[in-house]
Amino acid sequence: MLRTFKADLHVHTCLSPCAEVKMSPLAIIKQAKAHGVDILGICDHNSAENVAAALQVAREHGVHVLPGMEVTSSEEVHLLAWFDAIEPVQQLQEIVYRHLPGENEEETFGMQVIANADDEVLGFNQKLLIGATTLGVREIVEEIHSLGGLAVAAHIDRESFSLLGQLGFIPGDLPLDALEISPALSHEDAMCKYSFSLPLLQSSDAHKKEEIGSCCTRFLLERVSIEEIGKALEGREGRKILRW
Amino acid sequence: MTLTEVVERLGLRVVTPAGSGDSKVTGGYTGDLLSDVMANSKAGNLWITMQTHQNILAVAKLKDLAGIVLVNDRQPNEETMRKADEEQVTILSTGESAFSISGRLYRLLARP
Repeated sequence: MLRTFKADLHVHTCLSPCAEVKMSPLAIIKQAKAHGVDILGICDHNSAENVAAALQVAREHGVHVLPGMEVTSSEEVHLLAWFDAIEPVQQLQEIVYRHLPGENEEETFGMQVIANADDEVLGFNQKLLIGATTLGVREIVEEIHSLGGLAVAAHIDRESFSLLGQLGFIPGDLPLDALEISPALSHEDAMCKYSFSLPLLQSSDAHKKEEIGSCCTRFLLERVSIEEIGKALEGREGRKILRW
Repeated sequence: MTLTEVVERLGLRVVTPAGSGDSKVTGGYTGDLLSDVMANSKAGNLWITMQTHQNILAVAKLKDLAGIVLVNDRQPNEETMRKADEEQVTILSTGESAFSISGRLYRLLARP
C-alpha cells in the first residue's frame, strides 16, 4: 500500500567542516524523529564516514537513513548521491578520495569529526573535504548510477557551487535523476521559476541541528528504497512527489 | 583589434582554430561562473576562464564571444575540443593566471 513519507534528503553531519560539531549522528536522528522526518539523506561533503553510525542510530529510532554523499565536481558543482546500502557509498567514497587533493586545515575550514552511534569521537578526517574533486559532473553521475544510486544536482537556485551557477545551464548529456531546490525558494516560486523536464525536490541542506526537517519533500511510496524513490521521481506506478 | 592580432601580441596558444581570426575583439570578460558570463559578457569579448566543461562552447556561441582563453595551462577534454570544431568556437590557452592575462589584454585594448 502506498503511503506518504516525509523526506529530508540533504543533511550534513559533524564530518562536514562547515557543519556544527554538535551534528553528531545521534543528535541528527533524534532531531529528525522529533520533527516527524521519515527518511533522512546523510550527505557530507566528499565523504561518507559517518553513515555507518547514522544507520545504526536510525535503526534504533525507527528513522530511515539513505547513505549518501555531496560530491564536488571539478567544475565546482555539488552533486548529491543516494544509495540503498552502505557498501556502494563506500565504493563511491574510495573513488572520490582518489580524486580529492589537499589536506584539511581545521582552523580555517573547521573540524571533520568521525563519530560512532554513542556520540563518541572516533577520529578526525584529514582530507580537504571542502575542496573539489578532479572528476567532471558527467563522470560523477555515471559512477553514482553504476553503483545503483540516484544522482541529483544540489541547490540549483544558489549561485555558488550549483549546476546552474557554475555551468550556466543543464548540460544536455547529463543523465540526472532530479534537481534540488534550496530552502531559499518556496514551492510556488520554484515551480514558476524553473520549467525543466527533470523533477524538482527540496531539502534542508542542514548544517545546524535546528535546520533538520525544516524543509522536506513528501513522497508517496510503498516502502523506502532507491527503486521506490526513483519511481516517484518519474511518477511511475502511482509513486510520486507530493507537495513539499 | 582582430583576434589573430590579440593571439600574436599576447602569445596565446591556439587549441581549436575553428572560429574566425578576423573577428574584432571588443574587450574582455573574466569569470568562471558561466551564469555570470551569460549575464554580463558582451558580444566580441574575449572570455578568460579556467572552466573547461563543454558548456563553455554554448555560452561563447550564445553571447557571440570572440573566443575563450583557458588559463593556467588548462586543457579542454576531447569532447569539448570536438564540439568546439563543430560549433566554430576558438579556444586559446595560456600558462598565465587569469589576473595576469586579463591585465595584459586590458592594456593591449586600452585606448592611448
